[in-house]
Amino acid sequence: MPSLGADMVAGTLVEWLVTVGQPVTRGQIIAEVETEKGVVEVEVFETGAIEELLVVPGTKVPVGTPLARIKTEGGPAGALAAPSEAKPAPAAPPVAAAAPEPAAPAGRQRVSPLARKRAEDLGIGLDRVVGTGPAGAVTVADVERSAAPGVRSQAMRRAIGAAMSRSKREIPHYYLATDIDVTPLSDWLAARNASRPVTDRMLVAAPLLKGVALALSKHPSLNGTFVDGQFRQGPAVHLGVAISLRGGGLMAPALHDAATKPVDTLMTELTDLINRVRAGSVRSSELADPTVTVTSLGETGVPTVFGIIFPPQVALIGLGRIVARPWVVDGALISRQILTATLSADHRVTDGHEGARFLTTLDRLLQEPERL
Amino acid sequence: MSREEIRRQVLAALAEVAPEVDPAMLVEDRPLRAQVDIDSYDILRFLVKLHERLGVDIPERDYGAIDTPARLVDYLVERTPRSGGAG
Repeated sequence: MPSLGADMVAGTLVEWLVTVGQPVTRGQIIAEVETEKGVVEVEVFETGAIEELLVVPGTKVPVGTPLARIKTEGGPAGALAAPSEAKPAPAAPPVAAAAPEPAAPAGRQRVSPLARKRAEDLGIGLDRVVGTGPAGAVTVADVERSAAPGVRSQAMRRAIGAAMSRSKREIPHYYLATDIDVTPLSDWLAARNASRPVTDRMLVAAPLLKGVALALSKHPSLNGTFVDGQFRQGPAVHLGVAISLRGGGLMAPALHDAATKPVDTLMTELTDLINRVRAGSVRSSELADPTVTVTSLGETGVPTVFGIIFPPQVALIGLGRIVARPWVVDGALISRQILTATLSADHRVTDGHEGARFLTTLDRLLQEPERL
Repeated sequence: MSREEIRRQVLAALAEVAPEVDPAMLVEDRPLRAQVDIDSYDILRFLVKLHERLGVDIPERDYGAIDTPARLVDYLVERTPRSGGAG
């Protein structure tokens, strides 16, 4: 069971998307796991063949529990998602529930037993669910995707409530805000986009995220996790991006290594991430390891947002809507494009002094957009 | 392409981005963003879909001219290549 966030202790295996003997390639989605954040697709980290499925669908197991054994070419079978765990008894028979189902007659819908149960629980007719599993089978994720937004968002609300309650209970937040003149950034972006087709257009979120990531790499005490009474600095800036879902709720999967990627790459990855989050196909590797979160209200929101830190992270950066405001430059009052950037940070790890330095660095970086 | 066909394409593109929208509820001369919960990312996707369907690439400087459904359709009617006939 992979860790899909440092605060996750266990997960429920919802469904296998592979069967014993089936060849798999690194990165392939082989299972669905349910966490507090919803159903997540689990990718395999090895190329080889499934030798054994060790966990029965519907079972909740702790993080680190081997889920399957994979035989790699020329090597011994390795246990998935449990690099440090003892290997299970090799004599264990293949899990019965994972045995291939008999082929359904042509034209008949294939539905996994768990998907059928989930559909019943949610009151959804299976005839209007499009299957995306093996041979077009309907999976639990397919059922949840077709659930009414109200039903789906109830579970999401509970998960958000649990994480945010824990944050407010455990994390002594402090809050800072600063107004940043982003006129140079707006002009730079407009000039860039003017010469590109719509398919290659960049949103202001991309350079802003790059600026935040760069500033965090210069202030590493805001980038990491607080676990067991100790701050652990993140290995890189894995920027959790809060993405709202249609019908309510949100997720904050990671843009990995955001400080070292070109802005164009970040835009491409952000687009892909938003698409997949809203389509309900977020990957295990993206929920596993954000080191900090950014919430950006975009062009339609309000100008200021103070976020709640997502545990066990230690900071959250809020970016409001950019608005034209009166601004004093060299003693003269003029109209400039202003972004209010806020920082919510964990007082167990940093003080307002360091937080203020971070926001000052962010301001400075955003003044030279072409260098981002 | 007729105005009606272009309007149909606009609604189809919008449905891809915001499936919950009921086209019958859209007010023609009210800004789209005031009627539909779409963010800047959705807007960009919507414009890409329009480009795929109609071959019209709307530059950023024209965003102000396409704020309502009616103005957007007008804008596209002017720029969509006419099919059939001598055109």
